[in-house]
Amino acid sequence: MGQEPQNENRTINWSALTSMDFAGTQIAIILGIAIAVISISEIVVRVMEIPTYVFPPPSEIIKALFKSFHLFWPHLLITLQELGLGYVIGALIGITLAAVITQFPFVEKIVTPYILILVTTPMLALVPLLILKFGFGQTPRVIAVALAVGPMAMINSATGFRRTDIPKLALAKSYGASTFQIFYKIRFPLALPMIIVGLMVGGIFGLLTAIGAEMVGGGSGLGNRLVYYSSLARMSNFFAVIILIAAIGISLYVIFYLIGKKWANWEA
Amino acid sequence: MSNQQVISVEQASKTFSGARGDVQALDGFDMTVGEGEFVSIVGPSGCGKSTLLWAMAALWSLSSGKISIYDREVDGPRRDVGMVFQESNLLPWRNLLQNIRFPFEIMGENPDDYADRIQELLTLTSLKGFEHHHPRELSGGMQQRASIVRALAYDPAVLLTDEPFGALDAFTRDEMNLMLLEIWEQSKKTIVFVTHQIPEAVYLSDRIYVMTPRPGRNAKVYDIDLPRPRPLSITTEPHFFEIVGEIKQNIFDSVQEQTGET
Repeated sequence: MGQEPQNENRTINWSALTSMDFAGTQIAIILGIAIAVISISEIVVRVMEIPTYVFPPPSEIIKALFKSFHLFWPHLLITLQELGLGYVIGALIGITLAAVITQFPFVEKIVTPYILILVTTPMLALVPLLILKFGFGQTPRVIAVALAVGPMAMINSATGFRRTDIPKLALAKSYGASTFQIFYKIRFPLALPMIIVGLMVGGIFGLLTAIGAEMVGGGSGLGNRLVYYSSLARMSNFFAVIILIAAIGISLYVIFYLIGKKWANWEA
Repeated sequence: MSNQQVISVEQASKTFSGARGDVQALDGFDMTVGEGEFVSIVGPSGCGKSTLLWAMAALWSLSSGKISIYDREVDGPRRDVGMVFQESNLLPWRNLLQNIRFPFEIMGENPDDYADRIQELLTLTSLKGFEHHHPRELSGGMQQRASIVRALAYDPAVLLTDEPFGALDAFTRDEMNLMLLEIWEQSKKTIVFVTHQIPEAVYLSDRIYVMTPRPGRNAKVYDIDLPRPRPLSITTEPHFFEIVGEIKQNIFDSVQEQTGET
């Protein structure tokens, strides 16, 4: 029996469809469209003489971004700190809870109502209460972020942990695997794609909550800067901060996209 | 081939309780397998052959009756038993080598102690060079070969196979049958082979147990008196067709009986 060449496999060679040449053309098109959008906005804003306190031309926004970056930087760090800390807390609790409730269905019945209340309550309604209790510092924001990230991470991770793949479980059992081994070597890897989705969605929600909490109260952070600049009608700076916030969001997406490619690639 | 009885199935019965009532999959099935024998269990789909095999692998327990391997009753997974499942059942997030190491991790043993054996098996199954491939990069046949390597890597004395070539096309299946016979002749393992493909069972086996439609009971036991070693060409000879025809008729009659009863 000869060796089978790799091309004999029956799965479609998806990687060929996304090969380097194709990607190069894709990037060129994406950049081209972006430049076109910015240029057109620039022209439209100037031609229609839209006042700068409504929407400044993109060139002014980019100027402000570079000129005042040193002003934005400390607030960017604060937002990232709150997001980072709240995210880690929320994600850890969320994933752990998901593992527990899928192993013990009774706990799920107890916990679910509270999770649902958290998800359906606009976090911004809770933030003033948190500020009342914890003051104007970073604490209420970190808590708000954790409360936003946790349920997202939990719900998606639980969906992942609930996947039953009877042949895989039978495989592990046929070697005498313990409950812990089955969880660690089968159920967790099986759940990983959904966990990553939960972490990505949690990240976006966490960012929104961090900015929102900063807008509601407290003297620091990018959300606070949004309120500050808009109250002074300094819209170039305002939109420059918006760009920074968007940059954080896009970075989060890209990070989790790459993580997904590395750790969830096996899911077709 | 010595006369030691390796596997003994006595009056195996299994009933599954479900939301819609009880389903009896097995009803008093008896079987013995001697050391180094290649024995097949054939029967129509759903008759209970996989149920019996899974009970032999201790994946679930019987409702009544007893299964013993090497004179010890089966009450949990056994190190001297290896299993090959229907659809390769490789872990998709691991590459080939990591999949082969999986049983060792669970059992707390070191796969390096079996490195030679694993290399031998990889060569025998033409998988050398694909150790770092993931299952999705392999064809169905290659995946199933990999799962056979995994099952044999820790050198169990008994190999249970649950319709291992059912998902493959006819040509690949012939290749796999040849390969399995080669491995069996080399290693002298005791093999129990579940299939609904009668020609495959006749080609491979020393003896064939026929199971009735659900609930699975003993129909007949056939001694396959074809010479060994068996080249593939034996499947074109008249005597081969006679045996296959006889077994098919036996199964056909038992299906008729059952549909006549209900």
